[in-house]
Amino acid sequence: MTQQTPLYQCHVDMGAKIVDFAGWSMPIQYTSQIEEHHQVRSDAGMFDVSHMTVVDLHGERVRDFLSYVMANDIAKVTKRGKALYTAMLNEQGGVIDDLIIYYLEDHFFRLVVNAATRDKDLAWLEQQAAAFSVEVKERSDLAMIAVQGPKAIEKALQLIPEEFRESVLALSKFEACEVAELFVARTGYTGEDGLEIILPNESAPDFWKALDKVGVAPIGLGARDSLRLEAGMNLYGNDMDESTTPLVSALGWTVAMKDERDFIGRAALEQQKQAGVPQKLVGLVLEGRGVMRAHQKVFVDGDEVGELTSGGFSPTLKNSIGLARIARDSASLGDTVEIEIRNKRIAARIVKYPFVRDGQAQI
Amino acid sequence: MSNLPTELKYAKSHEWIRQEEGDVYVVGITDHAQESLGDVVFVEPSEEGADVEAGDAASVVESVKAASDIYAPVSGEIVAFNENLEDSPEAINDEPYDGGWIFKIRIADASELEALLDADGYQAMLDAEE
Repeated sequence: MTQQTPLYQCHVDMGAKIVDFAGWSMPIQYTSQIEEHHQVRSDAGMFDVSHMTVVDLHGERVRDFLSYVMANDIAKVTKRGKALYTAMLNEQGGVIDDLIIYYLEDHFFRLVVNAATRDKDLAWLEQQAAAFSVEVKERSDLAMIAVQGPKAIEKALQLIPEEFRESVLALSKFEACEVAELFVARTGYTGEDGLEIILPNESAPDFWKALDKVGVAPIGLGARDSLRLEAGMNLYGNDMDESTTPLVSALGWTVAMKDERDFIGRAALEQQKQAGVPQKLVGLVLEGRGVMRAHQKVFVDGDEVGELTSGGFSPTLKNSIGLARIARDSASLGDTVEIEIRNKRIAARIVKYPFVRDGQAQI
Repeated sequence: MSNLPTELKYAKSHEWIRQEEGDVYVVGITDHAQESLGDVVFVEPSEEGADVEAGDAASVVESVKAASDIYAPVSGEIVAFNENLEDSPEAINDEPYDGGWIFKIRIADASELEALLDADGYQAMLDAEE
């Protein structure tokens, strides 16, 4: 039995094609994945991300807890409302999940974790929280809507009570504020400006319909994936999982190891650094014709050096792009490699990514 | 409800076939097939001059979601590929029975057409799948 978000009926009414995603009945597309993609890059679109799990942490030692459980350092976050992107690691340095932490009050932080990892995340958090007397509370009473695109904030603002508009406009990137029953964060997963809004389940359908009325189009999970890939953002389960460390997943920048802070997975990461990080995650643009997909093999001079972790068609570049994990010294930026696509080897170039940012091609 | 012209023959693997002239037939994919594939972004050219058996892969259609083999509904020689698809693969979504045709085949044995479905038969198959 798949679960439904509070917006399920809205999706059906708006003509969405529904698929099973991590146990949830979610809209994959409403009209055309490519049109929806362009809508977000050029105007504004909304995504139902209520399947993601909101977890509230309360306790006097919640900072100590986060400092120990997360690979990024919560000490970087000193201003209320500020967010931090981090990986949560196991003892082997493998990524249990990637998530966002919001600093709300000194003894109250909020996490947003992936849907597919909900059960193991909660179990892990509970297990580690006991020693810090931190309360881990899943907020299944909350829904979440992402509004993304160059006109997203302007349009969404029309739904914010007038007395709060200024505080929403004042948000810097990766910052959140509470306005009435809404929790509004300037974050997203598309490479565009926009907001992620957490709100009570019962308010979500009306809010969704009101967004539609002000010209924010509904966008399915299909376009969400091509948007995040163009933006060069990792997808958990594709580009990293428990068998890979952040160091081989282009997430080294999210791991704070400069000081002596003790955190779960640190010893394993130090060991990996000392031994030499064996692989790296690189961006690819296909030079020949075709479409790269996850798990296709990458070759250099006839030798297999790794595989695609994500791949697809970029509507902005009108070409296939992907991320691949390859042996560290096998190829570098600008090099041409070969991708095995249905028994043929097609040339691809290693490029710096993001591929697209704020509507502009970077390649 | 997808569009199903009654003058065409259909394969269970979701291709349609239509007589063009003499023993040359045009092949494409059905409205139902393009709908389930989603936006088509690349079509691998069929090899002109190749002899294929009914059921052999003759082209590959890549959509935003996945790659799908396109099978020859009958045996014969591939005599043309729709080169417009190189620049406009979306024609398969927009006009699956018309500008979105994929290849032409010179049929080896016209009696093979009898093994294909008519529009009603194809619709019945789709209904049974739901």
